[in-house]
Amino acid sequence: MENYRIDQTKGMEFGLYTLGDHLPNPITETRISAEDRIHEIIELAKLAEQAGIDFFSVGESHQEFFATQAHTVVLSAIAQATEKIKIASSSTIISTSDPVRVYEDFSTIDLISRGRAEIIAGRASRVGLYELLGYDLRDYEELFEEKFELLLKINEEETVNWSGQFRAPLRNAKVIPRPKNGSLPIWRAVGGTPASAIKAGMAGVPMFLAHLGGPASIFKRSIDSYREALSRSGFDPSEFPVSTAGFFYAAETTQQALSEYYPHINEGMKHTNGRGFPKQQFAQGADPRDVMNVGSPQEIIEKILYQHELFGHQRFIAQMDFGGVPFDKLMKNIDLIGTEILPAIKKYTAKSQEE
Amino acid sequence: MKIVALSGSNVGTKTRTAMDSTIKVLHEKYPEAEVTLLDLAEYDIQFSDGRNYLEYAGDTGYVAQTLMDADAIIFGTPIFQASIPATLKNVFDLLPQNALEGKVSSILVTAGSAKHYLIPEQQLKPILAYMKSQIVQTYVFIEEKDFYRKEIINDDVMFRLERLVEDTVVLTETYMKIREAKEEAYGF
Repeated sequence: MENYRIDQTKGMEFGLYTLGDHLPNPITETRISAEDRIHEIIELAKLAEQAGIDFFSVGESHQEFFATQAHTVVLSAIAQATEKIKIASSSTIISTSDPVRVYEDFSTIDLISRGRAEIIAGRASRVGLYELLGYDLRDYEELFEEKFELLLKINEEETVNWSGQFRAPLRNAKVIPRPKNGSLPIWRAVGGTPASAIKAGMAGVPMFLAHLGGPASIFKRSIDSYREALSRSGFDPSEFPVSTAGFFYAAETTQQALSEYYPHINEGMKHTNGRGFPKQQFAQGADPRDVMNVGSPQEIIEKILYQHELFGHQRFIAQMDFGGVPFDKLMKNIDLIGTEILPAIKKYTAKSQEE
Repeated sequence: MKIVALSGSNVGTKTRTAMDSTIKVLHEKYPEAEVTLLDLAEYDIQFSDGRNYLEYAGDTGYVAQTLMDADAIIFGTPIFQASIPATLKNVFDLLPQNALEGKVSSILVTAGSAKHYLIPEQQLKPILAYMKSQIVQTYVFIEEKDFYRKEIINDDVMFRLERLVEDTVVLTETYMKIREAKEEAYGF
């Protein structure tokens, strides 16, 4: 766990993530400028740090209704504006980037932040960026696997010898600057299915599991498959952290939380995915067994602790800003996390030294 | 109410003829409905490659978006090699998994043989159900002998088409009300 800067004696980590979406607020039907949205995200990271939140990450989406395509640039602004919160991508689309450049960017962010940067590498759920950046969609699988392997190799070896299909070979190439402590935590982003989780296990890398909604027990299958694949491939699962990522919204009551967040999710998804989020499914999300962490602070605490019991994960990151949620509501959420949710989660999940 | 009439093949005339008759009935009986005809023979549509439907351009993007915006879809299809045509299956493949959730679907079929009668029941309905559509259970099955020079000449077929249109509109109106009441009941 130390390799990945996880200290389980301090309890489960709690983070925030944004996809960097830039969507209208469905209530007011207005959209802030991209400039304001980027500044909101930087401000959100500062507030998260002040509230004691452990982690903040920004995603990369090259399509309409998003503003953080250059997520590493936004992350470096956050690195400068904060002092102790961990910062990462959620996720970096390694398939359509050069791993050397990605590594240079993130080790620089690590140096700016004095050792707080991490990479979460993903494959993209949308494919418009393949055309935009000049890649062939038919190479979807192989582009990721090859470039992710190279990224991991650069992380382990300062001088790299490598050759592959999608990039010029590296001969005694020095990839610098190196991160503050020699290497970066690099995670694999995994969607819903166990197949992708198994690949993370086979590669012996920590896993970030995204979940929108549905019973937590379904997502446990991916986590179990991941740990089994780790063991089969000769790794010790107790050395590899698991993080989950999903919708989050807290308000005084569960009904109020559902009511405030639903229009943002539903209308936002219509814009970004072309289909709304069915209300029936969102209503079911309030069930304690559902993985969606939307509700009153007390219900959210119970849900996260239930998920922790089920998953044994080391970090949960919350997406609470999707679909143009106004900034005052985001501040209110951070306040509820800092004063009620975080202290309870830390208290009940901290592992003693002997464990 | 947005109704799309989809003519599902890129060859032949019978399905299009039946769709034209259906649209005529729609215009006469439900002038307030917004009706769009999509005849796949008139569009240049690419094969599905798994991307989100928003990312298709040109005709492919137009057809996908028009279907996604519909409240009801009347699928008209011939039977090719004892199944639905590849053009129609491709349209389903272009759309998201639950694309027909909250939408009503109804079916009319043209076929060269009465032996094909159960094909929509066994091959088309399961796709619509999988995509979460509300389905008008009774479909209209039209044979070669019911046509003469691009006209339907069997009064019984015309009566059945009228009933199909009525059932489609009534189920769509009813389903919209049911959904409204259900969503209201969640209280958010």
